[in-house]
Amino acid sequence: MNTLLRVENVVKNFGAYRALNKVSISVSKGSIFGLLGPNGAGKTTLIRIINQITGPDEGQIFLDGKPLCPDDIASIGYLPEERGLYKNMKVGEQAIYLAQLKGMSKADAKAQLKMWFEKFEITSWWDKKVQELSKGMAQKVQFIVTVLHQPKLLIFDEPFSGFDPINANLIRDEILGLRDKGATIIFSTHRMESVEEVCDHIALINKSNKILDGELNAIKKQFKTNTYEVGLIADDLQALETEISTKFQTGPAIFKSLNHDLKLNIKLSDKETSNDLLNYLSTKSQINHFVELVPSANDIFIQAINNNTNV
Amino acid sequence: MYKLRLIIKREFLSKVRNRSFIVMTILSPVIMVAMMALIAYLNVKNSEEVRTVAYIDQSSIFADILKDTKTTKYINLTGVPLDEAKNQAVAADYYGLIFIPKQDSLDLLAKSITFYGEGSPSLNLIGSLENKFQRKIRDIKIEKLGFDTALIKAANTDVEISSEKYTGEKGSKIGSILKMIAGGAFGYLIFMFIIIYGTSVMRSVIEEKTNRIIEVIISSVKPFKLMLGKILGNALAGILQFIIWIISASLLMFAISSFLGADFSVMSSNSPQLTPEMTAQMQESLSGNLTLVIHELKDFPFVTLFTAFIFYFLGGYLIYSSIYAAIGAAVDNETDTQQFMLPVMLPLIVAIYVGFSVIENPHGPIAVGFSIFPLTSPIVMLMRIPFGVPWWQIALSMTLLLVTFIGVVWFAAKIYRIGILMYGKKPSYKEIYKWLKY
Repeated sequence: MNTLLRVENVVKNFGAYRALNKVSISVSKGSIFGLLGPNGAGKTTLIRIINQITGPDEGQIFLDGKPLCPDDIASIGYLPEERGLYKNMKVGEQAIYLAQLKGMSKADAKAQLKMWFEKFEITSWWDKKVQELSKGMAQKVQFIVTVLHQPKLLIFDEPFSGFDPINANLIRDEILGLRDKGATIIFSTHRMESVEEVCDHIALINKSNKILDGELNAIKKQFKTNTYEVGLIADDLQALETEISTKFQTGPAIFKSLNHDLKLNIKLSDKETSNDLLNYLSTKSQINHFVELVPSANDIFIQAINNNTNV
Repeated sequence: MYKLRLIIKREFLSKVRNRSFIVMTILSPVIMVAMMALIAYLNVKNSEEVRTVAYIDQSSIFADILKDTKTTKYINLTGVPLDEAKNQAVAADYYGLIFIPKQDSLDLLAKSITFYGEGSPSLNLIGSLENKFQRKIRDIKIEKLGFDTALIKAANTDVEISSEKYTGEKGSKIGSILKMIAGGAFGYLIFMFIIIYGTSVMRSVIEEKTNRIIEVIISSVKPFKLMLGKILGNALAGILQFIIWIISASLLMFAISSFLGADFSVMSSNSPQLTPEMTAQMQESLSGNLTLVIHELKDFPFVTLFTAFIFYFLGGYLIYSSIYAAIGAAVDNETDTQQFMLPVMLPLIVAIYVGFSVIENPHGPIAVGFSIFPLTSPIVMLMRIPFGVPWWQIALSMTLLLVTFIGVVWFAAKIYRIGILMYGKKPSYKEIYKWLKY
C-alpha cells in the first residue's frame, strides 16, 4: 500500500526530559491509524510535531514522500484534544475565519460550510455566538471546521469526548465516510471500543517509546493465546470437567447461556488446532458454545503496557 | 501575508465590536470634558471668592497699603483691643486678623507682626503681605535717609534676556513653553497607549489560552504571525479609538465653551507641571501677543517631531506589547500576571518622572541618559526633541531602540510559542528561562 505519512526516528526533548525517543510510524493512504498510549506517553507531542506546531530535535517527517514543509498545513486537518472556539464570535463568521486560515477562499468556505451545516441540521446556529452553544454543539462546529478544507490527512485527538452516544455515532460514521472518500486519518484516543470499531492499524506509545505497531488484526493474532471458550452439555458436568482438565489447560469461563452447561476456557498448545478440540469434545458431550477468544484492543493495550513496564 | 492580514482583521473587529470598547470610546471624551469643565468651573468660583481680613495697625504705618483687592477685603479694627478683635473676627467668620504692634524701631516692627487665623493661612497671602510690608518699610527707610523715592523708582529698569542659538535661531520663553507642551503631550500619548493597548494584547492572548482555541489556530499559522497580528490589530483599534477621542473631545470642548462661555484657558493655571510665573507669562503672552505665538509655531520643528513621534511610537509600542504578549502566554489567568507586571511598568513610570526633569533641563545628563536608554527613550526623547537634540543622540537612541526591538520580539516570540501550549503551571522566572532553550 501507498504511504502518506512517514515519521522517521523522531526525537523530542524538553530540557532534560525526553518526550519522544526515536519514534517511527508510517501511515498508509486511505487508512485509519490508531495512535494509542497512556496519558503522558508522548502522543500529543508527536501529533504536534506532525502539525508543525513544534519541531523535532532529530528525525524527519515525510508527507507524500516529500519532507514536511510549512505549506503542508493546508493538507492537514487537526482536531486537538484541548480545543475551543472564540466565545464571543458568531459561529458562521468564526468557521469562515478558521477555514481561511487553512487557505480556503471565503466563497469556497461559505459553500462548504453550508453543505455541512445542512448535513448536521444546524443551519440555525450560523448567527449565534459560540457562548450560546452547549459543549456538544460547539464540538460539532469544531469537527466541521477540522474537515472543511478536505485535507489529505486528518488528525483527531479524542474526537468523541463531549458527545452523547447518538452524536458520537454520527461523528464516527462521518470519520468512516471520510476514509472511504480517500482521506487518511490518525486517530488518538483512550476509548478502546472505538479503536476496535474504526482503526485498521495501530501504534502504541509508552513512556516516549513506540512499543507496538501493526495492523490491528495482525496484532490481535500476535496477542491471541489459542484459547477457546466452550459451553458443554452432559449428564455429569463434574466428571466431564475433570476429564478435560487432564488433557488440556483449562480455566473457568463466564458467559450467558440459556442452558445449565459447563463453561470452560480451554487453552491449546501450539500444535493443536480448533478441529482437534472440536473432535475431542464432540465425543464427550454436546457442544453448545464454541468461540475463539480474540484479545480486545483493551486487553492488548493493558497487556502491552504491563509487559513494557515490567521489562 | 494573507494570513497575517486575516488575523489583524479579526483582532481589530473583535476589539472594536466589543461592548466595553464601544462604551469607553463614547464615554471617555464625555467624562474627560465634563471633568475639565468642572475644574474650570471650580477655578472660576475660586477666583470669585473674596477673603475678608481684619487688621489692627497700632504702628499706623501700613493703613495705606492694606487696600481692598479683587480677592481680599481689608477691615480696619485699629483701636479695638486684640482679644476683642479676635472674638469679632471669629464671630464674623473673617479669614484672618493681622496684628501690627507699635514698636520703637522699624527693624523690631518687621519681626513682630502676627497673623491670627483658624488654620494655617494660605502661603500666597502671607507671601504677598510680607512683600507689601517689606516694600513699605524700605520706602520709609529710604525717605529717612534723605533719598528721593521717586528718583530711585526711576532708576529701576526691567531687564529681559532674549536667547538665541549659535546658529542664529531665536528662542523665547513662549517658545519653551510651547515646546514643553508639545513634547509632554506626545510623551504622555505614547505612555497611555502602551499601557492601555499593551494590556489589551495580553488579555487577548490569555483569552485564546483559556478558550483553548490556541492549538487550533497555531496548527494553521505560525505562533509568531499570530502574535504579530494580535499586536497590530490591537494597535489599529487603539489608533481608531484615540482619533475618535481627540475629535469628539475637541468638538465637545468647543461646543461647551461656546455655549456656556466657560474659559478653558483657566485650566492651564491648574496643571501641576507649570510654575505660577510660567503660567502667568504664558497667559499674558497668549492673550497679549498672539502674533508671537504664531511666529513661534512657524519655527517649530513639526516635521522632526512628527517623524520622531511615529518612530518612537511604533518602537515603544511594539517592544512593550510583545513583552505583554509573552506575559499573557506564560500565565493561565490574569491574576497570575501581577508578578511580571511591575518590572514592565517600572521603566514607563520612570520615563514619565524623568520627563518632568527634562522640562527643567532638557540637555542634562539624566535627560540625555534616559532618552538614549531604549526602554524609556520613546517617552523621554519625544519630550526632549522640541528643545533641539544633537543628531548623534537621536541616531544612537533610534539604533538602540531598533536593536532592542528585534531582541525583545525574538525573546517574546520564544516565550510566547512555548507558553501558549503550557497549562496548569504557574510560571516562575526560572521556568521561563528554561523555555528559552527548548
